[in-house]
Amino acid sequence: MTESLMTFWNELPVLIQILVKIVALLLPLMGTVAYYTLAERKIIGYMQVRLGPNRVGPRGALQPIADALKLVFKEIIIPSNASRLLFLSAPVLAFAPALAAWAVVPFDDGMVLADINAGLLYILALTSLGVYGVIIAGWASNSKYALLGAMRSAAQIVSYEIAMGFALVGVLMASGSLNLGEIVNAQGGGFWNWFIVWLFPLFLVYVISGVAETNRSPFDVVEGESEIVAGFHVEYSGMAFAVFFLAEYANMILISALTALLFLGGWLSPLQGILPDAAFSLPVIGWLLDSGIHWLLIKTAFFMFAFLWYRATFPRYRYDQIMRLGWKVLIPVTIVWIFVEGVLVALKIGPWSA
Amino acid sequence: MLENYLPILVFIAVALTVGVVAVGVGFLAGPYRPGGAKNAPYECGFEAFEDSRMKFDVRYYLVAILFIIFDLEIAFLFPWAVALDAIGLFGLVSMAIFLAILVIGFIFEWKKGALEWE
Repeated sequence: MTESLMTFWNELPVLIQILVKIVALLLPLMGTVAYYTLAERKIIGYMQVRLGPNRVGPRGALQPIADALKLVFKEIIIPSNASRLLFLSAPVLAFAPALAAWAVVPFDDGMVLADINAGLLYILALTSLGVYGVIIAGWASNSKYALLGAMRSAAQIVSYEIAMGFALVGVLMASGSLNLGEIVNAQGGGFWNWFIVWLFPLFLVYVISGVAETNRSPFDVVEGESEIVAGFHVEYSGMAFAVFFLAEYANMILISALTALLFLGGWLSPLQGILPDAAFSLPVIGWLLDSGIHWLLIKTAFFMFAFLWYRATFPRYRYDQIMRLGWKVLIPVTIVWIFVEGVLVALKIGPWSA
Repeated sequence: MLENYLPILVFIAVALTVGVVAVGVGFLAGPYRPGGAKNAPYECGFEAFEDSRMKFDVRYYLVAILFIIFDLEIAFLFPWAVALDAIGLFGLVSMAIFLAILVIGFIFEWKKGALEWE
């Protein structure tokens, strides 16, 4: 049975195989995005001693579907002096990179759509492209609030990208490869080999700049409801607005997954090197304890939860504070740590000595 | 090796298509009833005062210039970090000198107040 399935699969044209894989990746991703929005409202609700959405379906479980349906049937308003083509292409430009970046994210050893050597470079390039959607949206709307939001967003994303890039350089020095799968495998052996141990300052910088890159609270002056109403997407409605929203949440999930892959050993089990090998060969429990996709999902889910947690906990930064944090704290920290790492490499101390 | 990049090309095409289709569906399914005030740019209920593509603070421009310098630096660091094993101590020391020069520049722009937002 499985054999005939395999031959059937192998006889399919390559393009169809790729498309099937992409759909198998995108459908769970879009499902996660939809239910992430519900989780956000529920979790923040409980943190503020409210119930959150609880009318549509049992305990509000159908809320994302109701929201999507509502947005589909809303009018897309194009302001009269907006640049129509740019106005409509901006959401797509924000959305496409957020999805396409998933092409190189590995979920388990070898379980990746495109196993390329320049994986991390590709991710860095695509996450930088997302800013174009925001700027174009702000400019094309021809509205003051939208333009202000776009300016803020451009300066902020660009500032934190430097800190993020430096943090990635530290990871590369430790792993010696741009391939995400090899970066994870370089952390094998036990949780003390995970990069979070040796690169802890870079881990903090990466997490903070990840929050700033996705324009999430406490760095959400781009949308700052109380100052510039909704920032760059103030003029968007209906599906055009929804697409921006999907992009933001897909980016949050992407950053969470990347944090897990780059610093927390991705799919590697934290019990590696602690339990005897015999424990991993037990029937079901052994599979659960051993490295696998479930560990990656658990770690990703933790960071996704943390995104919501920050939003419920921290007050919004002022814009000058954001720029100061990015340029005067995070960048010096990363440069110092890269120097430290260089000295450690020269002295052959640490996991990269081999 | 190059065939590994085919899925990426397909993925980008699919992602763009999904985005276009989503916005297109919104156009097909939603109503279309334009109106004067409804289509005006939002400005808290006022008529728009002047063109919204106004002058903006030069510091945004400054940040963009500084970004290019530092981003280039990262572009130099990426291949260096990957090849660290092969280039050994010589590579480490030369990058340390390169970074030191950039750190001097960073201190200079800090002292000049290029990073201030009051």
